[in-house]
Amino acid sequence: MIFTAPVLNYTLLSPILILLGGALVGVLVEAFVSKGLRAITQLSVTLGTLILSLFQVWKIRNEQSLTAAAGSVVIDGPAVLLQASILIIAIISVFVIADTDHFTALAASLPGSDEERHAVQTGNQVTEVYPLTLFAISGMMLFPVSSDLITLFVALEMLSLPLYLMAGLSRRRRLASQEAALKYFLLGAFSSAFFLFGMAYLYGYSASVTFAGIRESVVGGSGNDVLLLIGMAFVSIGLLFKVGAVPFHAWSPDVYQGAPTPITGFMAAATKVAAFGAMLRIYYTVFANAQWSWSPLLSAIAIITMLFGSLVAIAQRDVKRMLAYSSIAHAGFLLAGVIALNKAGLDASIFYLFVYGVATVGAFAVVTLVRDAGGEVTDLNRWKGLGKRSPWVATVFAGFLLAFAGIPLTSGFIGKFSIFSAAYESGAKGVVIAGVLSSAIAAFFYIRVIVLMFFIDPVQDGTSVEIPSVLTRVTIIFSTVVTFALGIYPAPLLNFITNLATFIR
Amino acid sequence: MIWLTLLMALPLAGSVAVALVPKTNEKLIKQTAFITTLIVMGATIAMAVNFQRDNVELQFVEKYSWIPSFGINYALGIDGLALVLILMSTILAPVVVLAGWNESHGGRWSVKSFYILILVLETMMIGVFAATDVFLFYVIFEAMLIPVYFLIGGYGSGERAAAAVKFLIYSLFGGLLMLASIIALYVMSGAQGGHTFDLKALSQLEMSSTTQNLLFLGFFIAFAIKAPLWPLHTWLPDAADSATPGTSVLLLGVLDKVGTFGMIRYCLTLFPEASKTFTPMILVLAVVSIIYGAILAIGQRDLKRLIAFTSISHFGFITMGIFAMTSQGYSGAALYMFNHGFSTAALFLIGGWMISRRGSSTIADFGGLQRITPVMAWMFFIAGMSSLALPGLSSFVSEFLVLVGTFTRYPVHAVIATFGIVLAALYILIPVQKALHGPTTPGNENLSDLNLREKIAIAPVIAIIIALGFYPSPLLNVINPAATHVIAQLGFSDPVPTSGDK
Repeated sequence: MIFTAPVLNYTLLSPILILLGGALVGVLVEAFVSKGLRAITQLSVTLGTLILSLFQVWKIRNEQSLTAAAGSVVIDGPAVLLQASILIIAIISVFVIADTDHFTALAASLPGSDEERHAVQTGNQVTEVYPLTLFAISGMMLFPVSSDLITLFVALEMLSLPLYLMAGLSRRRRLASQEAALKYFLLGAFSSAFFLFGMAYLYGYSASVTFAGIRESVVGGSGNDVLLLIGMAFVSIGLLFKVGAVPFHAWSPDVYQGAPTPITGFMAAATKVAAFGAMLRIYYTVFANAQWSWSPLLSAIAIITMLFGSLVAIAQRDVKRMLAYSSIAHAGFLLAGVIALNKAGLDASIFYLFVYGVATVGAFAVVTLVRDAGGEVTDLNRWKGLGKRSPWVATVFAGFLLAFAGIPLTSGFIGKFSIFSAAYESGAKGVVIAGVLSSAIAAFFYIRVIVLMFFIDPVQDGTSVEIPSVLTRVTIIFSTVVTFALGIYPAPLLNFITNLATFIR
Repeated sequence: MIWLTLLMALPLAGSVAVALVPKTNEKLIKQTAFITTLIVMGATIAMAVNFQRDNVELQFVEKYSWIPSFGINYALGIDGLALVLILMSTILAPVVVLAGWNESHGGRWSVKSFYILILVLETMMIGVFAATDVFLFYVIFEAMLIPVYFLIGGYGSGERAAAAVKFLIYSLFGGLLMLASIIALYVMSGAQGGHTFDLKALSQLEMSSTTQNLLFLGFFIAFAIKAPLWPLHTWLPDAADSATPGTSVLLLGVLDKVGTFGMIRYCLTLFPEASKTFTPMILVLAVVSIIYGAILAIGQRDLKRLIAFTSISHFGFITMGIFAMTSQGYSGAALYMFNHGFSTAALFLIGGWMISRRGSSTIADFGGLQRITPVMAWMFFIAGMSSLALPGLSSFVSEFLVLVGTFTRYPVHAVIATFGIVLAALYILIPVQKALHGPTTPGNENLSDLNLREKIAIAPVIAIIIALGFYPSPLLNVINPAATHVIAQLGFSDPVPTSGDK
């Protein structure tokens, strides 16, 4: 018997490997570096790792060999673009995370215990959030490039588990934060179970766990269709849960609200890229030939998601919950890109994911700045008159809101236009019309926040705007510049995406 | 020479210059803004001189690739109609700045932001009339809502925040319907020989009549909200009530013209068949607007709301002229757009001065102004007469042309619309009588008459109203070739007027 060594192709895997290495170093730093130096060391290690990884992604963008890890991972054009998007979003998120004031001093202690108080008094701030972030990012990087179901599931858990923990790290309102973490964990575990269940059926259908193998069966139409349908349905549930589509969205408002705001921003942006990346790959390659089985259902989910997210957002009184519902609506818009199932849809989705992610991180970074003595103020009523107190912060936030609303000259408009036109081109007119209508509804609550900030007089209740730290400032400025630059002149990025984004089946 | 880009760049450069002036130096800010608008006006007039009247093709054409992946170009070009409207916008801008020298003071924000918004808005006003790429048009059409929103909400009075939101939501809703139509056009162009947003290429698309009707509605509703046509007008009185007089002039005088301009440039050009299908319905809406606006205007106690309702009536005339599908109707509508800009400007600016002096906008409070402030009263009188289309003033010519143009094809509509003129006499003469002539209302005794700045600001407006009333040919010479061309392209020829004895 001849034993063939598996071809791993370390070059293509290097971005992920670098991240995992960096995360492990982070764990060691947490254990061995002295208290005073810990935060700065962690930050440097994390940023260094991310930048190195991004550099590596850039280097492999034109590699000819495409599969790695014995065919479990595919690094094609969309993969490179999605990984680069995740890394860029991660870097600007880490700038906000670096403000450790948001995180509990000692996550292992009970809320309100002496232990916790002691940790706060002695300034013994733990910084495990950095390695957790890196672990999560490596999972996110692996998720959209997986090319078999096992790897996909491992990646899903790799990105989810650290996120569950990170959601519970908030320094203030720790109980709410822990509740959010628990909720996220339990529902996440459910969805993972669904996902596994679906995987088993797909294996039963095609006798293969690789995407190529399942695709072959779908194209050939050989297996038992019932197994395929059940498998598709349950795998889809797992994925739709991660992107927060209705009716699998119930976790997102609570988790968005409870998690520390920098984590919310990171999670909202990066998880979406990863999960939609995986979804695009699966639907565009594996399930593409079964389009008629899933397309109507997915269209219905997209329409419900858009309308539900926009309508419920109107009733929100908390800025983080409002952004959570807005992100649900955006998940609906992004589903239109999946339904489109054409090259234009793929390009549009990748563009949309990147610009939406960047704007989201920026918007949550602004949320971290509005505080009173007890920490962040997320009650919208107390955002009244923000434009008077700190015009720049309010203006920047208004800019992000306009981008979410899809007003021309912001990146959000180009994203929306491209994704809707792709969906229309593929014949999904109903989705486009629902999308346009829900955009109109959504515009209402974005504008309401602008009204609150600019047209209503401030109340004297101790709400103030923190002067942003240099790093947070970098994030906010970067996000703003990207949002408007890509709104005015998106051609270079669009061309770059169009030239690179082709799935290898 | 790149005239149109230059015209758009100048106010933008001016807004940057204003941004660089320190916040405290309000005088310099205003002067910079005023000089910028004057330069833009000068440049527009220079461009108008170079315009070839008899050439029906687009002129001063510019085209650069903007977003090649979607076939989007930065494409500009103007015909006679666009020229006239750009000319109107750029003449009104310095008037508004000078007339409203102090109106930025009571605002929520600084004087500086006010002028930055005004100048950015001017850039967009030029762009929206000059764009020949549908995508570019849409971008400007939507983006210009934002400065107006902040101008109303930040510097207006009364329920300004609510009015600003109402304005924005209405317009955004219309805009999004239009976006759906634009996406459909884009996709169809892709199926018929390559993605494009070029107006000319899109007008040659083949589509079924159902599609055409639906897409037409997407555009038309957006424009009917903007213009505003009954029953989509409800945002306008609130907006006009809350906005500063200068903002109202730009809003009603210029921005709302984008609606009627869009009907001609986009609805008629892109969907000629659907335009014909919907003509009967639209004409009814137009006539209803004429009568409804006029009747409600009569009932108003508030000066600003009165002017807003008169405008609804006037926009009914413009829409009727457009959809009468005759060259007289079209020329009349185009001329009406220009004239309405100036008569509304005069009414709003003088009305605004009256209101700021009196501290009230209720018409009954202005009793006796004719004796106390004769110049202001006379100016208001002329503006009012122009609004009711008194012969010898500019609006008469355009209203007459619209009615004649409509009568040859739709006599019933024209006759009903004529009643609008009678009602117009009422809605103007009643306030003139109450406010200017009646007994002096207590508290009015010490009101001051117009000062030199105000006189200088209003003089050109009144001069244009009178001059074009006697001698409208310079404008009609620019408009007429385009009108004949458009009507011929739609496959219509002007009906020969029949005499009564058949």
